[in-house]
Amino acid sequence: MLSKRIIPCLDVRDGRLTKGIKFKGNVDIGDPVETAAQYYRDGADEIVFYDITASHERRDIMIETVRKVAERIFIPFSVGGGIRTVEDMRQVLLAGAEKISVNSAAIRNPEIISEGSEAFGRQCIVLGMDVKKAQVTDRIPSGYEMVIDGGRTYTGIDALEWAKRGEAMGAGEICLNSIDADGTEDGYDLTLNKLISSNVNIPVIASGGAGTPEHILEALKDGKADAALIASMTHYGSYTIKEIKNYLHERGIKVRMNW
Amino acid sequence: MIAIIDYNAGNLTSVKRAMDYLGKSSVITDDYSKIINAERIIFPGVGAAGRAMSDLKKRRLDHAIIEAFQVGKPILGICLGTQIIMEMSEENDTKCLGIIKGRVTRFSYDADMPGSANLKVPHMGWNSVMFKRNHPLFHGVDRDSEFYFVHSYYPLPDEPDNILGETDYITRFASVIADGNLAAMQFHPEKSGEPGLKILDNFCEWDGKDYVE
Repeated sequence: MLSKRIIPCLDVRDGRLTKGIKFKGNVDIGDPVETAAQYYRDGADEIVFYDITASHERRDIMIETVRKVAERIFIPFSVGGGIRTVEDMRQVLLAGAEKISVNSAAIRNPEIISEGSEAFGRQCIVLGMDVKKAQVTDRIPSGYEMVIDGGRTYTGIDALEWAKRGEAMGAGEICLNSIDADGTEDGYDLTLNKLISSNVNIPVIASGGAGTPEHILEALKDGKADAALIASMTHYGSYTIKEIKNYLHERGIKVRMNW
Repeated sequence: MIAIIDYNAGNLTSVKRAMDYLGKSSVITDDYSKIINAERIIFPGVGAAGRAMSDLKKRRLDHAIIEAFQVGKPILGICLGTQIIMEMSEENDTKCLGIIKGRVTRFSYDADMPGSANLKVPHMGWNSVMFKRNHPLFHGVDRDSEFYFVHSYYPLPDEPDNILGETDYITRFASVIADGNLAAMQFHPEKSGEPGLKILDNFCEWDGKDYVE
């Protein structure tokens, strides 16, 4: 039986690690390569890098980081942020990432999903979804709306419709981030997770709001997520991956216990 | 020298990086004579069977792999490589190398596995392997280890003796195949952490002889 995955997310800016609260007031907490190597040793099942480098010209710094990470860790990792073209994807994959995640770029140009999927296989393409609660209207029937630019811009696109469309266009996985829950450490948005996960046939990674192992348990059970993204709860030493996995294992969730 | 076969099928650099990390000398190549003269061969790959076979044929690499198998060189198949060694794949209805008897089929609902209707395809993530016997490649690899899989198709060998390990997902399928100097796995050892690196390290030392306890 397939294990549920625990995936630390590392936000990187200009080659250094940061972790923001609701995308504001980022605090620099270190070197992404060393942190990734530590998470690899600690039993992370996969690692997500999110490049928040503002300028496109400095993207080669991220490629160099990806290359260094790939020499040190032998589990899959994905890279998102600032990927706009198939050529951007190719560079990141060649540098050693297993997957690329597209977010705002896919909203602006949905064809990038199908182009990337055709070029590299759908298992490489993660659809990153930033979602905010919204009023239920004819345009937003699910009550969840896609946002971009770190949550600053509303798109008028319904989150459930977008997830289905992304799958149809060739995304191999969805990383579902609740902007409302992100950074709160109050738990994932379970309603959102269940809504998306039960309406697509590709894996869904729950993201945004993890503060305790119990939150992860809820996301994997009630939220029907296939994996859980975590950040501050392990970045700042409150929990280790092993503690989280022990907690889940004791409650009947299959996780990888041996590494 | 270990030849990593290059046929445009992706994921070659991660195998190379794992070999570099292990301090083993390897080369990514599509050169027929380099492959046929290599000490051992890794046949990796991510992608679709049809395209992979046509790329192999274009460079006569289909012959190189079959010849290398016949002369007893240790060969390691990974993921798509593990499917291409079969007789045929239902993916793009592709005639494959035929080193192992049997075909490759897509995951579909299995009435004997309760709950399988809700499972997602591709099979992506960490899963375990139930080993049917010992093999030099898995020497020192803990039986509780899990390995990283990403695939929608899986091999169905005709001969039970060719099945070294099985994995449960939607159905029970052959996740590790072995025949003499050939060993092949549906998962990615180069992305499976320390247990995966141990398999690659074992392969580098393997004399190509299978044994049954």
